Amino acid sequence: MTAVLEADGLTKRYGRHQALSDCTLSIPSGHVVGLVGPNGAGKTTLLHLAVGLLAPTDGTISVLGRPPAADADQLGRVGFVAQDTPTYARLRVADHLRLGAQMNPTWDDGLARNRIEDLDLDPHQRAGSLSGGQRAQLALTLAIAKRPELLVLDEPVASLDPLARREFLGDLMEVVADREVSVVLSSHLVGDLERVCDYLVVLTGARVQVADEVEHLLATHHRLVGPRRDEDRLPANQEIIEASHTDRQTSLLIRTEDPILDPAWVVEPVSLEDVVLAYMGRAEGRSRRRRREARP
Amino acid sequence: MTWLAWRQFRTQALVAAAALALLAIVLVPTGLHLRHLYDSGVAACTNGTARGDCSATVSSFLGQYHQLQGWLGFLMAVVPAIVGVFWGAPLVARELETGTFRLAWTQSVTRTRWLATRLALVGVASMAVCGLFSLGVTWWFSRMDQLGADQFSTFDQRDVVAVGYAALAFALGVTAGALIRRTLPAMAVTLVAFVTARLTFASWVRPKLVAATHLSQALDPKSMAFFSSNGSAMHLQPEAPNLPNAWISTTRIVDGAGQALPDQVVARACPTLGVGLPPPTPPGGARGRIRGVVPGNVQSTLEHCVTKLSAHYHEVVTYQPAGRYWTFQWLETAIFLGVALVLAGFSLWWVRRRLS
Repeated sequence: MTAVLEADGLTKRYGRHQALSDCTLSIPSGHVVGLVGPNGAGKTTLLHLAVGLLAPTDGTISVLGRPPAADADQLGRVGFVAQDTPTYARLRVADHLRLGAQMNPTWDDGLARNRIEDLDLDPHQRAGSLSGGQRAQLALTLAIAKRPELLVLDEPVASLDPLARREFLGDLMEVVADREVSVVLSSHLVGDLERVCDYLVVLTGARVQVADEVEHLLATHHRLVGPRRDEDRLPANQEIIEASHTDRQTSLLIRTEDPILDPAWVVEPVSLEDVVLAYMGRAEGRSRRRRREARP
Repeated sequence: MTWLAWRQFRTQALVAAAALALLAIVLVPTGLHLRHLYDSGVAACTNGTARGDCSATVSSFLGQYHQLQGWLGFLMAVVPAIVGVFWGAPLVARELETGTFRLAWTQSVTRTRWLATRLALVGVASMAVCGLFSLGVTWWFSRMDQLGADQFSTFDQRDVVAVGYAALAFALGVTAGALIRRTLPAMAVTLVAFVTARLTFASWVRPKLVAATHLSQALDPKSMAFFSSNGSAMHLQPEAPNLPNAWISTTRIVDGAGQALPDQVVARACPTLGVGLPPPTPPGGARGRIRGVVPGNVQSTLEHCVTKLSAHYHEVVTYQPAGRYWTFQWLETAIFLGVALVLAGFSLWWVRRRLS
């Protein structure tokens, strides 16, 4: 089975600014992939590279086995909902559906019309006067009705209120369940992704920190709490992601494929948010250290 | 893709259609009236069957709808620029500015086709609107132009060049928009670039498109003017010859070797030239044209002087014959269209390769 997204040494620079550096990644198909990271981490850059809005400075990326936006056919295989869900403000909802129908040979008009009806959108309303949630739904409808193999959503719920956010994600999950479609969606909030994703990519400081199935992430990450001890004296198969010490106690978040045998540790389960935050914290610490070392 | 291109252009197309309709409402009745006036009075003057004062008839005809004439000339200059600024510049820039390019470029249509379709639709519409506009104006002015016999003076306000201007203005707008990525600055740059292109072409390129023709003739004492400035030696200047509809660039007095007549030679040959003229009224010199107001003795001194000089000197007229008018029209149109096509190709390449 081909990967939905395969990146090798993928790099994007804007002048001297490194938006994405040396990103190597292979995401298998059939997942709902959450791309999480703080603002400015490079999430949008990675997604724009995936849908072909951007071209890499260095490295390669292929989506569903082909270069992004290589031709009309490849464009048709990927549905994209951009950040802030852009629509033509002066065009009506019905015009947008017509746009989708005219520009996509695989367009499912019945699906699009049913969705608009279910969502209670007035086809005669101009897109510019829709609420944020309605506009996001319209953009999602456009992306779904072209029947893509991969659906890419860039911060689809960032501008929505909590209720609209829950509705949108719930709706998205229904779509995913109905159709065989892989999804990649980004957010800077783990909470949004936790409910819908079964695969997670953590992106911080223009680099991929970890990419794995959620189940596997939860099974291989543990919090160890025990008497204070040195971080170096851990077995080689345990990678420390996050460490904190008090005078008498040490708390570690580690990654290991193997069982933890040391009886001195109290092993606690971790939440997905713990894991994500630990990776983000580690990247932050590294870049702080790098900055310190770079100083003369 | 054609549908979206049309849908996005629909409002602008309706505005343009309304403007053309309005123009027709103004031009058709007034233009018919001009034709009636011409046929009922002025025509007699041109074929020599007229009785009475023809010059008054002609100048009254040429002065008809004076204000409208001014407006039409002004519109012919600005309409292509308007097309470039309001149709060309926002075409790509607005998509980039509002972020809708992320919607348009992720449908199952390649960017190249997306832009090529829009370039073709709006570009052809630009040329059609300016072409129709020019057609109406040319028709409206046709009798006056016939009478005025100076077709090159209104060269860029008539016939087909407007189509070339429209194409260039539009392509400049699209290119500026794609490069600058913001609508308002792109509009400003488009306007400046288009005006610069037009002025540069009119003053530097157009006169050199076709090598000018030279006409040599003997000096004519009856069509000679003289003047001096700041009390220096008298300068002789032949009046432009009567070449209807030709584009005369210079009329010079030269000797057999092609050397221009120096003012000192005039002073030596005719020391009394200009004596007897009233002193110049404005400070710093004046022009004394040989017309009815010049005293008879001054005129005879001048004629005597010119006759004397014509032993060694003759007159050379540098000009473009009337028959080249359409050569110039088509050449200028083709050049503007060619540059527009190059710009369109560049913006296609830019949007495909560089905007990513």
